[in-house]
Amino acid sequence: MSSPTTAGRTTRWVQPAVAVVLAVTVIGIPLYLAVITSAKSQGEANLPDLSLPSSWHFLENYRQAFDQGQVLRALLGSLLVMVPSVVGVLVFGSLASWVLARRGGRVASVLYSAAISGIVLPPAVVTIVLLLRQLGLASTPVGMVFVYMGMYMSVVVFFITGFVRTIPLELEEAARIDGAGPLRTFVSVVLPLLRPVIATATILVCLYVWNDVFYSFFVLGGGKVTTLPLNLYSVASSNLYQNNWNLIFAYVVMMSLPLLVVFTVAQRRVISGITGGAVK
Amino acid sequence: MPTSTTSRADRLRPSADARRSPRRVSRRRSSDHPWWFLGPAFAVLGVFFFLPTIFNFVYAFSDWSAFHDDINLVGFDNFTTLVEDGTLFKALRITLVYAALVAVMQNGFGLGLALLLERDNRLNRAVRVVFFVPVLMSALAVGYIFQALLKPEGALNQLIGAVLGHSVHTPWLGSTTWTIVVVAFVNSWKWMGLAMIIFLAGLKTIPEDVLEAAKLDGAGPWKTFSAVRFPLLAPAVTFNVATALLGSLNGFDTIQATTAGGPAQTTEVVDIFIFRTFGYGLFSQATAMSLVLFLLVAVLAFPVIGYLRHRERVL
Repeated sequence: MSSPTTAGRTTRWVQPAVAVVLAVTVIGIPLYLAVITSAKSQGEANLPDLSLPSSWHFLENYRQAFDQGQVLRALLGSLLVMVPSVVGVLVFGSLASWVLARRGGRVASVLYSAAISGIVLPPAVVTIVLLLRQLGLASTPVGMVFVYMGMYMSVVVFFITGFVRTIPLELEEAARIDGAGPLRTFVSVVLPLLRPVIATATILVCLYVWNDVFYSFFVLGGGKVTTLPLNLYSVASSNLYQNNWNLIFAYVVMMSLPLLVVFTVAQRRVISGITGGAVK
Repeated sequence: MPTSTTSRADRLRPSADARRSPRRVSRRRSSDHPWWFLGPAFAVLGVFFFLPTIFNFVYAFSDWSAFHDDINLVGFDNFTTLVEDGTLFKALRITLVYAALVAVMQNGFGLGLALLLERDNRLNRAVRVVFFVPVLMSALAVGYIFQALLKPEGALNQLIGAVLGHSVHTPWLGSTTWTIVVVAFVNSWKWMGLAMIIFLAGLKTIPEDVLEAAKLDGAGPWKTFSAVRFPLLAPAVTFNVATALLGSLNGFDTIQATTAGGPAQTTEVVDIFIFRTFGYGLFSQATAMSLVLFLLVAVLAFPVIGYLRHRERVL
């Protein structure tokens, strides 16, 4: 038996060591593999391993992936789809959530259940294509924006309605007594108070939309607009790039950077935003 | 700002009695929260979420395909085809196994990390950030990284070989039995950082005096965890298990990028089947499978969430 002080010193030393070793092996090795392979020549990248490249091809791989993978076009496509989806779902969602939270009664509670059912129920991805064809929106960014809005409206309504219920009604009534109409009350009193929950919802919806490939494949497939993940998929599955791991990983690194940069800048906000809604 | 508006409101309604009357007035005035504010949200939900879902119940019973222009109702033909060639139950079984594995691994790893990194110091915060990086990456990109890592001549076998002292060529993604576990691990690797921060937030909500009381009662670290901390984590467990199950029942990206459903379709979950069948132009079969997934989730998700919520209340 060791004395309490040595035991304390050992545990104090074990926990950081385990944490660092886990971070380096479990997360570090896979990410290192991607970065190091993106610097190799095509021949060396054919069998991706952890060795250093015999000659560095960073610049030329990234340039080639950037040009042939049409990163710029895909980046614009991703933004073109993500920004209106997020803005739309938050504006429409917060308007609806406010009324759903403030109104009592059966109708409001049934409507609320219907609005949040999409958190659980999966979107009918195949018939969405059929519907968009009938509406003339197939393979268009407009169709994609509406599909994302429909898919994430439930999450947004769920988060915002819960938050509105914690805001005292008196704050709105004061504005009303001053003669503000409902839209005015909403914009000048309610909306500013919703900032924290809107931050949470923005992070979640951006994360989903930015990385989505399944739904965009069905909706945008065959159209002019493409997104970063969609492009990564076609780059990785085309015969031209079969086993061109250097280019695939150059693409992966370029595509992951924007969110990682945003995260490092706004780390605390992102984490508190995500956890805020989950654990009450 | 809010303080100034409240104080003005208080001045207007000094006593409790007087405060009740304007509220009654406001409740009668339904125009304060007009129904039409629901319009845009419900229009989008109605057209782009509910309508396709209703279509699902119609076109699953049709012969809609890429090979002819007309669409006719054909009864249960799509379902009989899917049952007879065995794909329906196979895809369902694989999806359920995958979802269960992900729910267990993702939350097991997440909880382990949360307990390991619970103390709030600089090192732990940095390590948490590292484990959160995969959450932000595209699941497709994660899948490609692991496809490269897990090749028979890949980096993982190299590392194992270096430790064991002889070369190893385990085909991690080539087993018709175990690849589903590997694929579930990859997905859990991507999402365990999210489970971790939610467990961390849950751990923070446990009051200090409860832990103090447990210590005074002579509970060791394990007893404190199993009898006090884990039960009090119930809301975080509910959230994590529910999101892991729902996410993996709709799993696609990581599996498509690592195995694309192989080997021999043993990792072909429902969404991979839908994707592949849609690509062949067999739209009605893809719709039928999409309807099956919808019903599976509806049947499964509500009882699971109900059970977890019940557990929260009991504990």
